[in-house]
Amino acid sequence: MKRLLALTLLLILLAPAAFAVEPSERLADPALEARARALSEELRCLVCQNETIDESSAPLAHDLRVLLRQRIAAGDSDAQAVKFLTDRYGDFVLLKPPVEPATYVLWFGPIAVLLLAAGGALIYLRRRKAAAPAAPLSAAEQRRIERLLQEDG
Amino acid sequence: MRRLLFLLPVAVFVAIAVYFLLALNPNRDPQLVPSALIDKPAPEFDLAGIGTAPGLALAAFKGQVAIVNFFASWCEPCKDEHPLLMGLQKQVGAPLYGIAYKDKPADTEHFLTELGDPYKAIGVDENGRTAIDFGVYGVPETYVIDKEGRIRQRFVGPLSERDIAQELLPLVRQLQQS
Repeated sequence: MKRLLALTLLLILLAPAAFAVEPSERLADPALEARARALSEELRCLVCQNETIDESSAPLAHDLRVLLRQRIAAGDSDAQAVKFLTDRYGDFVLLKPPVEPATYVLWFGPIAVLLLAAGGALIYLRRRKAAAPAAPLSAAEQRRIERLLQEDG
Repeated sequence: MRRLLFLLPVAVFVAIAVYFLLALNPNRDPQLVPSALIDKPAPEFDLAGIGTAPGLALAAFKGQVAIVNFFASWCEPCKDEHPLLMGLQKQVGAPLYGIAYKDKPADTEHFLTELGDPYKAIGVDENGRTAIDFGVYGVPETYVIDKEGRIRQRFVGPLSERDIAQELLPLVRQLQQS
């Protein structure tokens, strides 16, 4: 029973590793195919928008995989092959948005917020340290403390 | 100055709230893909027609404002849109061209004889390659192309009466006058 459960679990965990890339789509040259695979994992399927074209079984994803492989087989560099798609579908096809003025907030926003918070914390801590230390106890207070401590003992 | 510093968190909150408000606008579709081709020249294409009918090439609409509609007989939203397309050429005063996306010519023909043919000419894009050049990711999609052959507007999904009256018509008028 336990073994069956473990096997089921293993199969479930392995399931997402199944690819939509069909054997007929693959390029004969393993090096080129590896490049195509790497690129298609970074490209968004326009139909099912949270999947890569590598994973998606949508017909358009199939077309784009084939097209990408055609470009690569024709001697395009990785950048040229990706540009072929961004020329048509825009930066939206890139799962990793490029760093450019329109995406500065996206890329640098979190760091800016972190710096802002760190700055605030620093100012707060400095100020707390700079606050005047408490005045020393007067002679009468000192005597009272000693008396209380003795009473306890 | 000190006082203003205390207002900083409030200002940050307001900025974020405004951003969220804009993002939650019910009229905004976050899945809509912005076209990369707006104001760029329309891609070249030269497609065969259905059966013996003449086909469609980009050169056909140079010098005039044209509307290009990607459709397919297997596409349900295209059927919804179809009645609006029937009167479109007259209503807008510009030719409407159809590109049949990944559809067998016989099926397209059947679709059009049944529902009526709103197009001035039709190109058959059976492998969907022309559609990819336009950045189409689902049918129907409709493009407005100006006199110089540049793409000026793209409508993703079926056109609505509102789209036609408020966007398509004014745009075509404006482009025809320029």
